[in-house]
Amino acid sequence: MEVCVESISKSYGFQKAVDNISFRVNQGEIVGFLGPNGAGKTTTMKIITCFMPPDEGNVTVGGMSVVTNPEEVKKHIGYLPESNPLYKEMAIIDYLAFAAEIQGVPRDKIRERIFGMIQVCGLKSEKHKKIGELSKGYQQRVGLAQAMIHDPEVLILDEPTSGLDPNQIVEIRELIRRIGREKTVIMCSHILAEVEATCDRIVIISGGKLVADGTSTSLRKQAQGKEILKVRIEDGDRNAIYNALRGIDSVELVDFLPDHTQSFEVQSKAGANSRRSVFKLCVDNNWALTEMTPVERKLEEVFRDLTINT
Amino acid sequence: MNKIWIITKRELRSFFNSLMAYVMIVLFLGFSGFFTWIFGNDIFLVNQASLQSFFGIAFWSLFFFIPAVTMGLLADERKSGTIELLVTKPVSDWQIVIGKFLAAFLLICITLALTFPYYISVAGIGKIDHGAVWMGYLGLLFMSACYISIGLFASSITGNQIVAFLIALFIGIFFQLVFGLIGSGSLGLFGGLMNYLSIGTHFESMARGVIDSKDVIFFLSIIFLGLTGTELALSKRNLFN
Repeated sequence: MEVCVESISKSYGFQKAVDNISFRVNQGEIVGFLGPNGAGKTTTMKIITCFMPPDEGNVTVGGMSVVTNPEEVKKHIGYLPESNPLYKEMAIIDYLAFAAEIQGVPRDKIRERIFGMIQVCGLKSEKHKKIGELSKGYQQRVGLAQAMIHDPEVLILDEPTSGLDPNQIVEIRELIRRIGREKTVIMCSHILAEVEATCDRIVIISGGKLVADGTSTSLRKQAQGKEILKVRIEDGDRNAIYNALRGIDSVELVDFLPDHTQSFEVQSKAGANSRRSVFKLCVDNNWALTEMTPVERKLEEVFRDLTINT
Repeated sequence: MNKIWIITKRELRSFFNSLMAYVMIVLFLGFSGFFTWIFGNDIFLVNQASLQSFFGIAFWSLFFFIPAVTMGLLADERKSGTIELLVTKPVSDWQIVIGKFLAAFLLICITLALTFPYYISVAGIGKIDHGAVWMGYLGLLFMSACYISIGLFASSITGNQIVAFLIALFIGIFFQLVFGLIGSGSLGLFGGLMNYLSIGTHFESMARGVIDSKDVIFFLSIIFLGLTGTELALSKRNLFN
């Protein structure tokens, strides 16, 4: 079931929280939803999950509109809200039974689904406890379990791994990836590495506007433009090497690196490639080239560039 | 219908899990029992086989207890954020409102059912007007339903249970007392209107064993208004205060 967000806008009073955002998530795709605090991520999630309607625009889930047909849409969505609100006074099993019933899971399937989710989310040892007695990580697992209890076509997760221990994070990521093969998953996170590791595609919003939409590789490429190399050249005088590097036609900028006296950062001109020239330079001067690594820009930097000026 | 019952069931269970229900039942039985049998204008003083004195006490104790039952129904969900999860489940706002209303109403039904021993005891003492007793209970149920819908509305407009409790009492006191007082002090159309708005007027006529469509329409309108207000407040979705 695909999710189509079609130019939605939403204001709170005079403040525009979401401003004309459109994107599309296909079935079998995991999309990471990124943005700085207050960018409108949660508002967008709330509109997709039919918590509140958009002021303008529309969202369709499998062709059904959240504005005109919310009840039908809600049946196909599993939602884990940001703060993971739960009924603290209920026992885990009772709560999951409630979630299954209200999602319309057939009566004879409820038991099976509950125990399935307890298994998947690692709640077995705690299943008879009240939710309020659990640690934050276990509560997070209960939140995930209730979101997936009816085997939804669309899964919307706001910070799914917050509060989990590293082992559990790996398990939950794997679980999300497994679900994402057949289902549609939209996931909000502040941990960029997690988004990069889990998601097929990344959507970045900032100040209520969509600023980027693509795979992590394409985003990096788009923001990068110029090739940057880290090179280490030994057996020569620092300044001589520096000047020689600057003499290469395709090189725009050379910098000393502070950590190694013999290391340099070489930035090529737009569209140019200097790796062969650097190697040739070393051979000609009889210097030893001990390291040459292309510097990949981190997703963090891409994210900063895209969101800092809005 | 099924969805409403699922919500009602959960809400009732949480009443009993959180001791709310037990406190409510014990306090109500203790309070009404004390004044019905032991102290003040009690049955032995009146020296009649009737439950009039019980109905008079229940009329006031329910007025105070019901806001305590309803105050958390929506305010608490709002505060903890669970309302977000609830409204994103495949249920309509009306189903949520009615489910919660029914839960509080069933709790009151259970509480009132536990006072049947009073009825049985009094019936054993002398000749009792059975019709008046049943009408009295029906009146209490109607009146409770009114205050539940008012309390639910109060609970829907704030995230603070205490504030919800006070708002419910504030709205309730008009129907319980103020309209009646103004009505008895005024004449003509205005006086009649005030008297009609007083829950006491309608309850007393029912407790005497008289039922009139005017009374039923009055109770149903208050319930309808309260629930509609709740639904409106819930559908606004500004649930973060």
